[in-house]
Amino acid sequence: MTDAERFDAHVAAEGKVEPKDWMPDAYRKTLVRQISQHAHSEIIGMQPEGNWLTRAPSLRRKAILLAKVQDEAGHGLYLYAAAETLGTSRDQMVDDLIAGKAKYSSIFNYPTPTWADIGAIGWLVDGAAIMNQVPLCRCSYGPYARAMKRICKEESFHQRQGYDILVSLCRGSDRQKQMAQDALDRWWWPSLMMFGPNDDASPNSAQSMKWRIKRFSNDELRQRFVDATVPQAHFLGLRIPDDELRYDDTAGHWRFGEPDWEEFHRVLAGDGPMNAHRIEHRRRARDDGQWVLDAASAHAAKRRRPAA
Amino acid sequence: MQLWEVFVRARAGLHHQHVGSIHAVDAEMALGNARDVFTRRGEAASIWVVPSTAIVASDPADAAELFEPAMDKVYRHPTFYEVPDGVTNL
Repeated sequence: MTDAERFDAHVAAEGKVEPKDWMPDAYRKTLVRQISQHAHSEIIGMQPEGNWLTRAPSLRRKAILLAKVQDEAGHGLYLYAAAETLGTSRDQMVDDLIAGKAKYSSIFNYPTPTWADIGAIGWLVDGAAIMNQVPLCRCSYGPYARAMKRICKEESFHQRQGYDILVSLCRGSDRQKQMAQDALDRWWWPSLMMFGPNDDASPNSAQSMKWRIKRFSNDELRQRFVDATVPQAHFLGLRIPDDELRYDDTAGHWRFGEPDWEEFHRVLAGDGPMNAHRIEHRRRARDDGQWVLDAASAHAAKRRRPAA
Repeated sequence: MQLWEVFVRARAGLHHQHVGSIHAVDAEMALGNARDVFTRRGEAASIWVVPSTAIVASDPADAAELFEPAMDKVYRHPTFYEVPDGVTNL
């Protein structure tokens, strides 16, 4: 048996892989790409929500949102650390992001013009992320799976806080309810796109499934998300912005229309409403924060030197 | 920055357990970062941080040599022994 055959048999039997184990180069490369993209998404995802920290409508909402944004930073750090075990440094990954060489979830290239968007992000975006992430807790790569377990444990508060914001708005004035509807209209389709292209247009999926990185297809997870979310929208008294949405009694599923894949690819390629802003902001955070790192390093070096 | 491994004791009476890694320039910053990153929900009564380079690990290639000899010593487990019927408290 070759190393590659032994590896394939090991993961096919649900064996786990740890950093120092032998692994195919393509497995390593796939994981670095996926985990770093995931980490970037957590970090870039802090921006649309951070936008509302100073304008949250009450001290309670502000404290909650602050805790959530702080969690996203933590999630990014768990994931960068998992990716680093594969031999790529965090600095390198961040530089690739800022240079436009690495991707992150295209959902964060949409703006958050109202407070209701914060509700929609928690409910829909974190909801979709949970659907994607729960199966990753069983991923074949140990450090990634362990990071995902921590993340999933913390993430369910995020979805509930978002829904809680929308429950309050929908029980409020007509204008507040309209605000919630507008936010749902803005975030519904981009949320469905978070699961990635349709199965027949997702070329890397089969290999990832074979390696036990991925467990369910994009379309399966998207269907699960729609089935879980439509009744929640109905409870709020909001309308999902999809004329094709109907319940299929025999199958027990909500049938829905096709997302605008042309828009998906355009935003992913960099031409979304906020792409340039997000990367520029991240670059500024890196560059403007450099002096803090330099000062801390100089302080540590000075303390390591014995007194003359 | 240096890489540090973080170990957390959930409460007195338990082992410290490895929870992940963080970056820091020195031990003080490592403890602070470990606290912020790994104990936001009351997960810890105590934290250890250890420079990753200080950890000596066994080589996965030696796993068979190191750990397989224990596999055929089933007599180290109490279930190996057949307890005669009627004998209790054994």
